[in-house]
Amino acid sequence: MTTFPLRVAGLSWQVRLRGVAVTLGGLVLLGLLMALNMRIGDIRMSVAEVLGGTFDVNSANHFVIMELRLPRALTGALVGAALALSGAIIQSIARNPLASPEILGVTTGASVTVVAGVVASGSAYGGVSGLLSTLGIPALALLGGLGGAAIVYALAWRRGLDGYRLVLVGIGVAAVFTNVKYWLLTIGDVNDTGRAMVWISGSLNGRGWEHVVPVALALAVLVPLTLLGTRSLDALRFGDDTVTALGVRMNPARALMILAAVLLAAVATASAGPIAFVALAAPQIALRLTRSGQPPLLSSAMVGAVLTAVADLIARTVFSPIELPVGVVTAVLGAPYLIHLIWKARK
Amino acid sequence: MRLQAVDVKLGYGDRTIVDGLDLGIEAGTVTTIIGPNGCGKSTLLRALGRLLRPQGGEVLLDGKRIDRIPTREVAKILGVLPQAPTAPEGLTVADLVARGRHPHQTWYRQWSSDDEAAVGEALAMTGLADLAERPLDELSGGQRQRAWISMALAQGTDLLLLDEPTTFLDLAHQVEVLELVRHLHREASRTIVMVLHDLNLAARYADRLVAMRDGRVVAAGDPHEVLTEELMREVFELDAKIIADPVAGTPLVIPIGTHR
Repeated sequence: MTTFPLRVAGLSWQVRLRGVAVTLGGLVLLGLLMALNMRIGDIRMSVAEVLGGTFDVNSANHFVIMELRLPRALTGALVGAALALSGAIIQSIARNPLASPEILGVTTGASVTVVAGVVASGSAYGGVSGLLSTLGIPALALLGGLGGAAIVYALAWRRGLDGYRLVLVGIGVAAVFTNVKYWLLTIGDVNDTGRAMVWISGSLNGRGWEHVVPVALALAVLVPLTLLGTRSLDALRFGDDTVTALGVRMNPARALMILAAVLLAAVATASAGPIAFVALAAPQIALRLTRSGQPPLLSSAMVGAVLTAVADLIARTVFSPIELPVGVVTAVLGAPYLIHLIWKARK
Repeated sequence: MRLQAVDVKLGYGDRTIVDGLDLGIEAGTVTTIIGPNGCGKSTLLRALGRLLRPQGGEVLLDGKRIDRIPTREVAKILGVLPQAPTAPEGLTVADLVARGRHPHQTWYRQWSSDDEAAVGEALAMTGLADLAERPLDELSGGQRQRAWISMALAQGTDLLLLDEPTTFLDLAHQVEVLELVRHLHREASRTIVMVLHDLNLAARYADRLVAMRDGRVVAAGDPHEVLTEELMREVFELDAKIIADPVAGTPLVIPIGTHR
């Protein structure tokens, strides 16, 4: 691994060249993918028209770009970054490449509350009343995500937190939540469950600035905090006794990082629904690209954003003019990858 | 007194292993704890290294309660090598040893020239400089153990607790590790506490032996005084003859058992 020390006055860092390259390269690629994605829609535009619409206030395309296409593309990128960052943290703490926010009960918990909300408010033909109209789907999803994580955390806690125990409890709770979700879908009105189904497969359709802002704020606060925690996260990969011997307050460090991961995943899920596999795959791809020992946080987030942007581009073009929910594409891409991971772990 | 256990009660959950134990570790000594399996010697060492919180009593580091000192500050004074430590996959020796610098680093000072020097010195002292870039999983048992000790050394503490540093090693590697311990003690005047299974090596490499049974200290002091035939019966329930080690003159335990 190529690293070089960066020392200025009393300050010092270790710079990983590959990490910097992946992050910067990812940023360029992401910009390109977003520009391509924003060409597509009722009015097809050239890349030049997209750029004109973005930066020229007087352009005829300004409204379409700024109010419809850009927020949608941004939601995808930010949600992907947040999910991937969450996954990178959880995989480091669980010391397991198969761990993701799903096993922390975040995504499955959010699915249960959203489906429950949609079914309970129960008005056909898209009308909204009751619980759903007062809270809205994002708030319901946020509550469900945080609640689900709290349940998993409480059940997994036994005089401290053990990564392996957390994974097992998480898988169990996720199974229960998933079945509750299916049961709710069977008792709901067919029109309501149809709407719920689009949400629970993870979709970017019709996402606006109100979906961008919460994820952007969460990232703005949590990215610096998690970067500060990188060194603790690195130490947490060792056995518990070694962690303490190195002077890390293990349980608070672990709890804080898990809290950050849960918030990131919950806010992302509230904005776009549970987009599958991004949190699982992005950290592992970033790990291989940077050839580092643990999922690198910034690079993972960047890979997550690119992955979601690619999936959304595919979702919108493959069966054009029909647009698939982005979560369907990530699931189709992610399933073989998951099998590959399990296959490798067996050997 | 560098490190002191005062009337400590130790255990896991409802199971009490050590009750009402007192032990003091003086500066500049090599203390070795011996005793049969399950006597509580590793439990005691973990408590001395604040890896296990006592259920009663207290552990004092330089006279202050160890649980009242921030764990990071403790890590600058006291290094602990746990029993059978685990490292993440694919880690290189240099990476592992660099982790020892953790308590000295902050987010804005992550790899100072002091860190670099300490890691280089620790690698040189354990004779691992040539293997620095090798993954840990590719090393032999003795080399790996030396890498872990190297990490504890990079931490730059003058107090070192080693929990069975010679387990799983063949005799040559056991001697190699203990020679390193002696070197650290004599050349760098470090205070060392370790748990060992091999009584003869313990007698040879320790200034002070602590013999434990059923969570109690049965005898403590100079190896010549502690390692007696009566103690072997009392602590290990073993009939043995004690003779002088023909090389070092320290006590040598010869079990009687049956023989040809």
